[in-house]
Amino acid sequence: MSTTIATTLNLKGLSCPLPIIKTAKAMKELAPGQLVEVFATDPGAAPDFKAWAQATGNPLVESSQEAGIFHFILKKKEI
Amino acid sequence: MAAEVVILGGGVGGTIVANLVAKETHRRAHVTLVDATGIHVYQPGFLYVAIGLEQPAALQRPESQLLRPDVSLVVDRATRVDPAARRVLLESGRTLRYDQLVVATGSRTVLEEVPGALGAHDFYTMAGATRLYKALQEFERGTIVIGVAGIPYKCPPAPVEFAFLLDDYLRARGIREKTQVKLLSPLNRAFTIEATSKLVQPILAERGIELTGFFNVESVDPVAKTVTSMEGETVEYDLLVLVPPHRGQMVIETSRLGDERGWVPVDKNTLKHTEFEHVWAIGDATNIPISKSGSVAHYEATIAAAEIVAEVKGESPPAHVYDGKVMCFLETGQGQATTIRFDYTHPPVSPKPARRWHWAKAVFNKTYWHTVPQGRLP
Repeated sequence: MSTTIATTLNLKGLSCPLPIIKTAKAMKELAPGQLVEVFATDPGAAPDFKAWAQATGNPLVESSQEAGIFHFILKKKEI
Repeated sequence: MAAEVVILGGGVGGTIVANLVAKETHRRAHVTLVDATGIHVYQPGFLYVAIGLEQPAALQRPESQLLRPDVSLVVDRATRVDPAARRVLLESGRTLRYDQLVVATGSRTVLEEVPGALGAHDFYTMAGATRLYKALQEFERGTIVIGVAGIPYKCPPAPVEFAFLLDDYLRARGIREKTQVKLLSPLNRAFTIEATSKLVQPILAERGIELTGFFNVESVDPVAKTVTSMEGETVEYDLLVLVPPHRGQMVIETSRLGDERGWVPVDKNTLKHTEFEHVWAIGDATNIPISKSGSVAHYEATIAAAEIVAEVKGESPPAHVYDGKVMCFLETGQGQATTIRFDYTHPPVSPKPARRWHWAKAVFNKTYWHTVPQGRLP
């Protein structure tokens, strides 16, 4: 299992649900266990990513915020 | 010599700019509006055509009847904009020179971008809405699925409104009990705005409309009659209604005036092109991350018009800029509606659904032709 980040998405400036859609698209390209890193600025991003991770079973392994920029790391679920 | 003001697009935004600039510049500007069809279409009415509550003819008028007599209407298609030479090339071969250009070309739907979806229904064009109503009239029982196949799309509340109006329609026909209605949403709520979602979700539940969250439509299998999401879920349908993906118009893409989806990058307050001088964009055509709706085009049009008038008169730009104001109605069915208002600094608020908002929307839809295009409403 790889623990390095496979893809980084700069989704700053995009309004929800675009960050979720772009992340969902990127996630499809990943192998199980790979990580995707997301930077977003939409104010609703934190609850949206948390809920999306729960609903889809792709774990949210990191969620932080600094100076209005949200940083998430999601792991593609194992089949 | 009069300034040449050229406006591309005879929708709500373009028409307001044309009328206001012509009125306020007192012949110091010659205003030309270019529209591919010469027919003004009131797009918010598509929703009602789709369930048989409105006739297509009631949503269309000749653009010439809505413009002041001193605005020149050119019925032709703009094929290329050359911002360096300040020229617009038209399909007929004619060239228009401009001093100020307003891009108000709206958006187009591209259902073909979704694999398998070409046979799906939609209410985002007159043809789509008319075909959908025909299919509904023939519908007797089964599952109707409403999904979103691309962001951004026009009128964010429309899929929810359609679900409510469809519920009314099925009840009136006495086939509601034989029909399942499923609404697939890109987020884990009815639509983007959380406050309004909280208000409408209990009503969806009350009407028996099943909400599936985090379902971003990826593909359709028209043979198996299933729709699949990017999240990997599959739902069966008998009748599928999709919000198609949207893009900017071809002229934006071929002229490289916009981004990779054809949306024109503008300053979110002044609506001026971020790269080219003397070019404004308003309404659906811009890349501003707010609702693509008639109300936005309307509010932006008054701002762009005031800026152009100031430039023509050689005055300093007006202090009043676009503040991100959006105002939408949202039908909740059974003769009730709510509204959604917000701007760049104020989060969305929605009152409790009531009959008066439904009537306000109905009155607005009817009086539109005599107030909005002329710029009579602020």
